[in-house]
Amino acid sequence: METLERLLLGHKFLAGIDPAFGRLLVGCTRNLRFAPGQYLFREGGPADEFYLIREGRVALELHAPARPPIIIATLGAGELVGASWLVPPYRWGFDAKATTDTRAFGLDATCLREKCDADHHLGYEMMRRLLPVMVRRMQAARQQMLDVYGHTSA
Amino acid sequence: MSAAQQSSPADPMRPAPWRVRAVRRETADVATLDLEPLEGGVPGFAPGQFNMIYAFGIGEVPISLSGDPADPTRFMHTVRAVGAASAAIVAAAPGSVLGLRGPFGSAWPVDAAEGLDLLIVAGGLGLAPLRPAIYQVLAASERFGRIAVLYGGRGPAELLFRDELAAWGARADVTVTVTVDHADPSWHGHVGVVPALIEHVGFDPSNTLALLCGPEVMLRFTATALRGAGVAAERIFLSMERNMKCAIGLCGHCQFGADFVCKDGPVLPYDRIAARLAVREI
Repeated sequence: METLERLLLGHKFLAGIDPAFGRLLVGCTRNLRFAPGQYLFREGGPADEFYLIREGRVALELHAPARPPIIIATLGAGELVGASWLVPPYRWGFDAKATTDTRAFGLDATCLREKCDADHHLGYEMMRRLLPVMVRRMQAARQQMLDVYGHTSA
Repeated sequence: MSAAQQSSPADPMRPAPWRVRAVRRETADVATLDLEPLEGGVPGFAPGQFNMIYAFGIGEVPISLSGDPADPTRFMHTVRAVGAASAAIVAAAPGSVLGLRGPFGSAWPVDAAEGLDLLIVAGGLGLAPLRPAIYQVLAASERFGRIAVLYGGRGPAELLFRDELAAWGARADVTVTVTVDHADPSWHGHVGVVPALIEHVGFDPSNTLALLCGPEVMLRFTATALRGAGVAAERIFLSMERNMKCAIGLCGHCQFGADFVCKDGPVLPYDRIAARLAVREI
């Protein structure tokens, strides 16, 4: 457990966090490994866990009828996968698939929500770390929507 | 004195005839032309400079040089068919003749990066104007710190120079990271925008010089990400694109605030133009 705590606190997403919070988080955490092609979760499934990638790469995919899935982003070491665990009804909005051997921490969503509700300092700390990630991804998605490479010349 | 001033013909408005020696189809609408002069020798050029290429009877467009500046036998130009003139140039067959004026414009400050970490960030067709700088840097990589090439494209099918990207990526002296905006699962690389790659690249921001080329939106966001990472504005250089016509700073079509992109650019330092990039009317 001590090793898991040390590894968890060494993750980029939790860099510099109060060790007391780390001790709370580690109780909700397990070590996971995903093989290439293995899904972390599927669209519509229960968002009962979120993931901090330690190694490897995860593709976020959206499906549309009569065409191959579209990869909308890939995430790698140091990044987190999934925010739907925070938002009722706690269902995933896309698929997440490992594209390489991937190691990650899985954080139990119910456990984490309960601890955040019980300790608002922990809740604030988590929100303070999650919000910039979500904003950066929203901005990136907006840039992708612009299709900036579609009509240029040089 | 720039290479442009050294090598331009006596009348910079007179196109010289150049023969298309070979054409390489890069993507569905992009081709790289290998050109040789019918009159005189091949002028020297500095990475970042451009030529005006004339499809006779159709029109003339500014196209950056995309070949090796150390190769004295040819000019290489990578062109996307977006209008009548560029479409005619892309369609030019080996043996056909095009008009050419140049080289013109400012160059990537490659020498200023010696001793520093170097980030080369390209989007879409923007890899073409950076390729000469990459050749120059990789020919003397020991003079630089860490070298990283970040390249973003619309999708896997639209990426330029894939063979070379793979070859550069196999080298120990450069890190190459390629991302695309969208892909299907047959793509095993990164998906996402170029600025998002920056936080994952190992470099010393206080000791880094960055060269950026691509669509202006991508340039803005990339420069912002670099500034956020701590890279000094005066060490970020962008290749700008405007409506260049005369290419020698006379006609004013490419005016960008206090600069003419053809003469003062296309490579400009970010600290000089950052405020202008936010002005929609320019």
